[in-house]
Amino acid sequence: MITTDLTMALPEIFLACAATTLLLFGAFRGEQGASFISALSVAVLAIAFGLIFLGNRPEGVAFGGLFVVDAYGDYMKLVVLVAAGFGILMTQRFIEREGMDRFEIPVLMVLATLGMLMMISANDLMSLYVGLELQSLSLYVIAAIRRENLKSSEAGLKYFVLGALSSGMLLYGSSMVYGFTGATDFAVIGENLSVALSTGGVPEIGLIVGLVFICAAIAFKISAVPFHMWTPDVYEGAPTPVTAFFASAPKVAGITLFARVLSDPFGSLVGEWQQIIVFVALASMILGSLAAIKQTNIKRLMAYSSIGNIGYALVGLAAGTQAGIEGLLIYMTIYIFMNMGTFACILSMRQKGTMVENIEDLKGLSKTSPLMAFALTVFMFSMAGIPPLAGFFGKYVVFAAAVDAGLTTLAVIGVLTSVIGAFYYLRIIKVMYFDEPTASFDKPIGGEMTLVLTVSSVFIVFFILFSSPIMDGAALAASALFAG
Amino acid sequence: MIIQALVFYVFAAVTIAAGLMVITARNPVHSVLFLILAFFNAAGLFVLMGAEFLAMILVVVYVGAVAVLFLFVVMMLDINVEKARQGFKKYLFIGGAIGLVLLVELVLILSSVVSTDVSVVASVPIPAIDDVHNTRALGQVLYTKYVYLFEASGMILLVAMIGAIVLTLRKREGVRRQVIADQVNRSREEAVEIKKVSSGSGI
Repeated sequence: MITTDLTMALPEIFLACAATTLLLFGAFRGEQGASFISALSVAVLAIAFGLIFLGNRPEGVAFGGLFVVDAYGDYMKLVVLVAAGFGILMTQRFIEREGMDRFEIPVLMVLATLGMLMMISANDLMSLYVGLELQSLSLYVIAAIRRENLKSSEAGLKYFVLGALSSGMLLYGSSMVYGFTGATDFAVIGENLSVALSTGGVPEIGLIVGLVFICAAIAFKISAVPFHMWTPDVYEGAPTPVTAFFASAPKVAGITLFARVLSDPFGSLVGEWQQIIVFVALASMILGSLAAIKQTNIKRLMAYSSIGNIGYALVGLAAGTQAGIEGLLIYMTIYIFMNMGTFACILSMRQKGTMVENIEDLKGLSKTSPLMAFALTVFMFSMAGIPPLAGFFGKYVVFAAAVDAGLTTLAVIGVLTSVIGAFYYLRIIKVMYFDEPTASFDKPIGGEMTLVLTVSSVFIVFFILFSSPIMDGAALAASALFAG
Repeated sequence: MIIQALVFYVFAAVTIAAGLMVITARNPVHSVLFLILAFFNAAGLFVLMGAEFLAMILVVVYVGAVAVLFLFVVMMLDINVEKARQGFKKYLFIGGAIGLVLLVELVLILSSVVSTDVSVVASVPIPAIDDVHNTRALGQVLYTKYVYLFEASGMILLVAMIGAIVLTLRKREGVRRQVIADQVNRSREEAVEIKKVSSGSGI
C-alpha cells in the first residue's frame, strides 16, 4: 500500500531528497561550490524528467486521495521541469558575473520546482495549499536574493506581502468550500456537488463565494488581471534570470492547478465559474496588450506580455471543454519556449560588463550581432502570433476551442488584442533592424545562453514540422483530466 | 449551560477588545501584550469548543514562541510608530468602505447558510467527542493519513529556514569567534608568566 504510494510520488520524493542533499553539499563546500551545485541541480531536474517520462508509475490517487498521478499531471510536470531546467541553466552564468553566486539559489529553485510538481498533482484542497506555499515561499526568497539592491528587496517584499494575502484568500475560500461540501478531497467535492445538483438543488451561495475566493487566489499566483499589480514591479526588481524563471515554470504550474480545480471538483459548476474566467481572460488580454505599449524597460514589457499570454491561455480554460484544455496545454508549452528564448536574449544584453534592460539598447542589433537579432525576431514574431511560427498555433488552438464552445465574442476580442500586441513586438524588431547602432553588446554570450537560444528558436521555427508528439501528448493529457 | 454561554461571551468580548487594542495602542510593546491577551482568550474559546489540543498549541506556540519573539523584535528595533501611521487617516475611509462592503456581503451569505439544511452538508462522519479526544485523534491521522501533508509542511519550514539564513546572514570582517581547538591547545607556558617580585619594591 505505502510502497505503491511512494512509487507514485517517486519524482517528487527524488526532488525532495536531492534538494536536501544539494543543500548539505553546498553548506559543506561553502561559497565556491555554487556552479557545481547549479550543474547538479539541472541534472537532478533531468533525472526527475526521466522518472516521469520513462517511469512506469501506476496512475490513480495516492496518500489517501491527497495526491493524484495522471497523464494530465505528467504532461504538465514535464513542461515545468523543462522550464525550470532552462531557468537554472540561465541563472548560473548571470549570478557568477554579478558576484552573487550563492549555492542556495539553485537549491531554492529545485525546491520551488518540487512545490510546482506537488501543485500539479494536488487532489485535495490541503495538498493544493502546501504545494502552492512551498513554491511561493521559495520564489519570495529568490526574488529578494539581491538583498543589498533596493529594487530586489522591494520586489521580494511586495511579492511576499501580496502573495501572503492571496494565500489567505485561498485558505478562506477553501474553508467555505469545506463547510459547504463537507470535504476537501477533489473527488468527494465533485461527487457531493453533482449529487446535490442532480437532485434538483441549486449551488449554495456560500460555496460560490468560496469558489470565487479560490479563483481569485490562483488568478493572483498566475498574475491574471485584476490580480496582476505586483507583476511588473517584481519582474523588474528581481534579478533577470529569476524573472525568466518566474515568468515560466510557476505560471505553468499555477494554470495547471487552476484547470484541475475548475474542471475536476467544480466541473458541474461550469456555468458559475465560466463567467469569471471569461472576464479574467478578457481583462488580461486587453491590459496585457495596451499597457505594454508605453513600456521602455524590456523586463516590464515582458511582465505585461506574460499577463497577456496568461489571458490567451485562460481563453482555453474558459471554453470549459476538453478541446479548450488541450489548447491551454499546447499554448503553455509553446509559451515556455518563447519566453525562455526571449529571456536568453535579454540576459545577453550586456554593454561593457553591465546589464542593460531598455528597449532603446537594442538599437541596430541586426548589425552588431545578427544571429541574436534573428533569434529575437523569431521569438517576437511568434509572440505576435504570426504563422508559421509556433506562437500562431498556440493562439489558433485556444481560439478555435473558444469558438466551438460558443464564446465567439471572447475569441474575436482575443484576436483583436493580439493585433494590438503585435504592435509592441514589431516595435522591438523595428528598433533592431532599422535604427542605427549606438553600442554593441558584449560577446561571447556564454554556452548556456547559446544552448537555450538554439533550442528555443529551433522549437519555435520547426514546431510546424514536429508538432505531433506535443499535440498528441496534450490530447492525451486533456482527455485524462476529463475522464476522472 | 448559562455559565458556558457567559464564559463564551467574556472570552469573545475580551478577544475582540484586545484585538482592537493591538492596532490602536500607541506603544508597540503594549500592542504585543494585547496580542498575547487575545491569544489567551482565543485559546479559552477553543477549550469551550472541545478543541483542547488547539488551545494548548495556541498558548505554547503563539504565546510562548511567536509573541515573545515579536516582543524581542519590537524592543530591539526602534520603530517610529507615529511615522508609520502617517497614511492611516488618508486610507481609513477607502479601506474602511471596502472592508464594510466585504463584511456586509459575507454576513448576508452566512445568514443564508443558517436557513439551509445543515444535515446535507455534514456528510463526513465526525466521531463524538466522548469517543476520541482530539489530541489522540490528531495523533492517529497525522503520521498515517496525512503523512504527505506532514512531510510537505516540513519542506516548507525548511525553505523558510533557508530563506531566513540566505536573506539575513552576513559575513562580517573582524569578528572574533571561539575556536575550541585553539583554546584546548594552549599550553601553560604561553598562557601564564611567573614574575619574581621582590618585596618592598613594587611591580
